[in-house]
Amino acid sequence: MSIEIKHINKHFGDFHALHDVSLTIPTGKLVAILGPSGCGKTTLLRIVAGLESADADGGDVLFDGESTIATPVNRRRVGFVFQHYALFRQMTVAENVAFGLTVKPKADRPSKAEIKAKVEELLDLVQLSHLGARYLDELSGGQRQRVALARALAIAPKVLLLDEPFGALDAQVRASLRRWLRHLHDTINVTSIFVTHDQEEALEVADQVVVMNKGRLEQSGSPNELFTQPKSEFVMNFLGEVNIFHGRFENGQAVFGAKAAADSAHAKMLVRPHDFKIARTPEAGGISAQVVRVLTAGSIVKIELSDDTKQTLYVHQSHAEFDKNPVKADEQVWLIPTSQRIFRNGEDWNGDYII
Amino acid sequence: MESNSSTRRVFHIVTGTLAVAIIGFVLVLPLGIILKEAFSKGVGAWWEALSDADTLSAIKLTLLTTAIVVPVNTVMGVVMAWAIAKFEFKGRTFLVSLIDLPFAVSPIVAGLVFILLLGPRNGWFGPWLDAHGVRLVFSTAGVIIATLFVTFPFVVRELIPLMREQGSAEEQAALSLGAKPWKMFWRVTLPNIRWGLLYGVILTLARSVGEFGAVSVVSGHIRGETNTLPLHVEILYNEYSFTAAFAAASALSLVAVVTIIAKSIVEKRK
Repeated sequence: MSIEIKHINKHFGDFHALHDVSLTIPTGKLVAILGPSGCGKTTLLRIVAGLESADADGGDVLFDGESTIATPVNRRRVGFVFQHYALFRQMTVAENVAFGLTVKPKADRPSKAEIKAKVEELLDLVQLSHLGARYLDELSGGQRQRVALARALAIAPKVLLLDEPFGALDAQVRASLRRWLRHLHDTINVTSIFVTHDQEEALEVADQVVVMNKGRLEQSGSPNELFTQPKSEFVMNFLGEVNIFHGRFENGQAVFGAKAAADSAHAKMLVRPHDFKIARTPEAGGISAQVVRVLTAGSIVKIELSDDTKQTLYVHQSHAEFDKNPVKADEQVWLIPTSQRIFRNGEDWNGDYII
Repeated sequence: MESNSSTRRVFHIVTGTLAVAIIGFVLVLPLGIILKEAFSKGVGAWWEALSDADTLSAIKLTLLTTAIVVPVNTVMGVVMAWAIAKFEFKGRTFLVSLIDLPFAVSPIVAGLVFILLLGPRNGWFGPWLDAHGVRLVFSTAGVIIATLFVTFPFVVRELIPLMREQGSAEEQAALSLGAKPWKMFWRVTLPNIRWGLLYGVILTLARSVGEFGAVSVVSGHIRGETNTLPLHVEILYNEYSFTAAFAAASALSLVAVVTIIAKSIVEKRK
C-alpha cells in the first residue's frame, strides 16, 4: 500500500509544527523520517496514523490513492508502534498481541482457536513464542518492543508506523534490533515509516530517508544520495560528522582561511572528516593546522587537529593510508579538502573558492 | 554502644505502647462502648430496637440514598476525572479546585445552600419548583442531592492523579488496533483504574451511609420519611432512648468496620 502525504500543515496554538509537508512513499518500502527533536517528525507520523488531526486547509493523506484524512484512527488499519511501547499493562503478552483481533466486531472476529494460532504465529515471528503467558514487568525493553510490533502486526495493517522504535533501548540492543527490523520488513513487506533522530539508524535501516527540520521537509532520497549529495547545510551537518569553515563571498568567489576577514561569516564550507589529504609542506588550498591527538584504536584512525583560529578539526583515515604517512601530535600539517560543499545561507552554492 | 542500643530499645517499647494506647483509647474503645451499650439489655432488646418501624425506615432511606449516590458519583467521577486528566483545556486547574469544594465547605453550610436554592418558600428556584409540584428539600430527593454533593470528590480525587500518571498512550494504542471507544474503555481504561476506582467507591459508600451535617439541614427530620440512620441515632439519643440509639449506631459501626477492612484490602492492590 502506497502512502501519499499532500500539503499537510499543523499548528499547535501559535506554533507552526508542520509547514506544507508533501511526501510519497511507494508500496513495500521502509522509510525513515529523520530529524532533531521538535522538528515535527512524530507529529507527521501521528497524522498519518490518525492519532492527530492536521490543519483543515486542504492537506490530505492517501493510502493507495484513497483519501483517509477523514477516517478515524480505529478504522484506518495502521499498525502503530509507540515510543514507550504503550503495551496494555493488565494483560499478558499473548493477550496484548491478540487485542486487535478480539476487539473486532463479532461478524469479522476470528474464532478463539484462530486467534490463538495467529498469536502463536506472530510471537514466533518476533521470536518470543516462549513468553506468551508472561506479564510485561517480566520483560526486557527489547522484548517489549517486539511485543508491541507483534501486536501492531496482528491486525494485518495496511501500513506500519513506528515512533522512535529503538529510542528507549541501550546501544547494543538498538543495533541488533534495527538489523532485525530490516530483516523482518523484508519478510513481511508492509509499507513502513519509522521516525528517528539517530542518523546512523536511518541510514542503516531505511530504503529512503526523509530529513526534516523545523517543521519542513529538507530532503528525501536514498541513504547514499543523502549522504553524498546533501542539498542543504542542515542535511549535510545532520547526516554524519563534518568540519565547518567560515568565510565570506567576494567578487563571486568564496574566500576562506586567513584571507577572509574575521568578522564575515556568510560562506560556510563543510568537509567530511574522511575527505582530507594531509600534507607536511604548505600547499595551495591547504589549511594550516596543528595535530593535537591521534587515535589509532578502532577501525579507522581519528586525528584531532587545531587550525590557526583554534578551531578543532577532525580527520579520519584508514589504517593503510595512515601507515603510509603517519602524523604525530604537535606536528604542523596542511589539510587539503578532496571533496567539500559550500553553502550560502544554508543553501547549496556552486562556484569558485579560495583558501 | 551497648547502652545506646538498649536506650533505643526502651524508646521503641515506650513509643510503641503509647501508639497502641492512643489507638485503643481513641478508636477501639468507642467502638466497644457502642457495642456494649447496644447489647446492654440483651440481644432481644437490640433486635427489637432495630426492628422498630422508624428505625427500619431510616435504614431503608439510608440504603436507598447510598444505592443512588454511589453509582451516580462513580459514573460522574470517572467521566470528570477522564476529562480533567486526559485533556488540556482552559480552566482545568480551576475545575480541579472546584471539585474540592464539598470537602472545603462545612457540610452544614452545604445543606444551608441547598435550602437557599431549593427551599419551597424563600429559595431561588424553590417557589417555581413548588408551583410545579416538585419538592427537593425536606424530602427524600433533598437527602439524595445533599449526599451527592458531599460525596462527589471521592472518586474524582482518587482517579485524577492515577489517570494523569498513566497517560493516554495505551488508549491510543487500543484505538489504533481498531477498538471502538467503548471497547477501549472497558478493555483498557477501566482495568487500569479499577483499584483506584474501587477505593474511591468505598469511600463514597462509607460517607453516604454516615453523612450527617448536610443531610440534617435538608431532610427536615420527618420521622419515618426523611430520617436517615445517622439522623435517627441523634433523635433517639436526644429522647434518652439510649439502647435504641446505640443499637442503630451499632449498625452504622458495622458499615465502618466493613469499610475499613475493604479499604485495607484494596489499598494493598492499588
